[in-house]
Amino acid sequence: MEAATATAPARPERAGAVRLGRRLLNGALNLFAGLAIVYLLVPIAVILVFSFNDPRGRFNFVWQQFSLDAWADPFGVPGLGSAMGKSIEIAALSTVGATILGTITALALVRYEFRGRAPINFFIFIPLATPEVVLGASLLSFFLNAGVATGFGTILIAHIMFNISFVVVTVRSRLIGFDRSVEEAAQDLGATPWQTFRLVTLPLIMPGVLAAGLLAFALSIDDFVITNFNAGSTVTFPLFIWGAARVAIPPQIYVIASMIFLVTLSAMILTVWQQRRAERLASVRPEPAEV
Amino acid sequence: MSLVARLRKGGLPYLLLIPGLGWLLVFFAVPLGFMAYESLKSGTFLTGTLEFTWDFKNYSDAISNYSEQFLRSFEYAGLATLIALLIGYPLAYVIAFRGGKWRNALLLAVIVPFFVTYLIRTLSWETILEDDGVVVSTLKSVGILSEDGRLLDTTVSVVAGITYNFLPFMILPLYASLERIDHRMLEAGYDLYGRRRDVFLRVTLPLSMPGVVAGTLLTFIPAAGDFINAELLGTPRQFMIGNVIQSRYLEVSDYPTAAALSFLLMALMLVIVLIWARIAGTEALLGTEGERR
Repeated sequence: MEAATATAPARPERAGAVRLGRRLLNGALNLFAGLAIVYLLVPIAVILVFSFNDPRGRFNFVWQQFSLDAWADPFGVPGLGSAMGKSIEIAALSTVGATILGTITALALVRYEFRGRAPINFFIFIPLATPEVVLGASLLSFFLNAGVATGFGTILIAHIMFNISFVVVTVRSRLIGFDRSVEEAAQDLGATPWQTFRLVTLPLIMPGVLAAGLLAFALSIDDFVITNFNAGSTVTFPLFIWGAARVAIPPQIYVIASMIFLVTLSAMILTVWQQRRAERLASVRPEPAEV
Repeated sequence: MSLVARLRKGGLPYLLLIPGLGWLLVFFAVPLGFMAYESLKSGTFLTGTLEFTWDFKNYSDAISNYSEQFLRSFEYAGLATLIALLIGYPLAYVIAFRGGKWRNALLLAVIVPFFVTYLIRTLSWETILEDDGVVVSTLKSVGILSEDGRLLDTTVSVVAGITYNFLPFMILPLYASLERIDHRMLEAGYDLYGRRRDVFLRVTLPLSMPGVVAGTLLTFIPAAGDFINAELLGTPRQFMIGNVIQSRYLEVSDYPTAAALSFLLMALMLVIVLIWARIAGTEALLGTEGERR
């Protein structure tokens, strides 16, 4: 753990003082890192704790007493369940759309040399550097001028739009450093370009594509700003919370948030655990298949 | 040469680009054009008529009327970015160099906030900084905060919220660049009798600069355009340019002003990105290092 420090030579005459100073510095650094982790986790803990609160007014801000009421009836607040359903539907559809479009784009950008690649790379980067409020506002300008009524469809269009760049960036990082000789081998063995893509390329870039899909899903289900501009009368989960934040915050909102949190966390831990296991199994073999 | 081979040489990449780029052109670039059009109209919906008149006065009015919110946005975003860097760098350093078997667990802790909806994370800060909450009463009892002092609805609460919400964007690129550093470089530094401080300042820090650049950018851009923290944790006295844009657009339907403000914000962001790109190199920024050329 302390490999870097151990190799540092200390001049003998000051060794004691230096070692003490170093230990203090190490301790301080670790303490600081620990506090930073606490800072990251405290608001999440607050949400989990307050989902068991039995608030006395319309707002769930002050601890009153322990209660399981909200957990027993998570969708008891009118509109909350349907908002959550809409969010999941939009996230699923936009994830599929953006992942397909973005993966194809990334393939074209990494695999081929062609004129205009550098400006296209830059063009794809611009939405990432544009504040969300601008993306939302400009899309609304477009829909207003084109006479398109905003609603479910426009939210979907918007979510695919802002997710494409994220997918391209994620898949591209996986494609760079891809060993193309396996594809050449497939072609030498008589595979058509489509077979090569389906049977060799796609499985190899799948982890990148999956990561991109997960990212797109998370960004979509969490998006408030762009959705708020283009939602019309459709209400998603974040829009529901925004509306609630001004009038009343029932503990059910914290319950749903806790549920999403726990599901995501377990999925994450399960994936990591499985990956570890796969790696352990792979390391038994003499030559691990490194891609 | 077969058809496929010829396509591969010439048209195929363009063919593959059509769907994705097409989507971005129609739903990102074209809307910006419409917004430009909108920003040069005169009148408001209140007066009933909105006409395109090359009305550049919208821009000068936007700057003179909302310079306060613009400056505040950059001040808050700058502060939040700086604080996030000061919190994030040591944490990323510890995870990368001393994480050991805890490394994955620590990284998980860094991204855990993302598992909870943005708005709810912000509401959680409302709970934490509540007037009757633990934090405020503790600060009052040690005398840092006066008896009638509060944290909610102040600059402190808004900046704290922004910092918290974008902190993982700072930590992850920092970690990625620190983790990539070849430990032999550090050992070489020590072998040459570099002291810890020297090795850090002359080896570790310069090698982690790409992470610093990416992290500050990823934090600053969303922070400067944010309006959720100011809305939920602040009052109109803490409102940022994002609050103005969204209320001009959605509450008063003053499209020309909102559109002009959006363009000004976007232009300022791009200027900042370009300055950063000059410092860091475009490739690191766009993530296109190692592409075929």
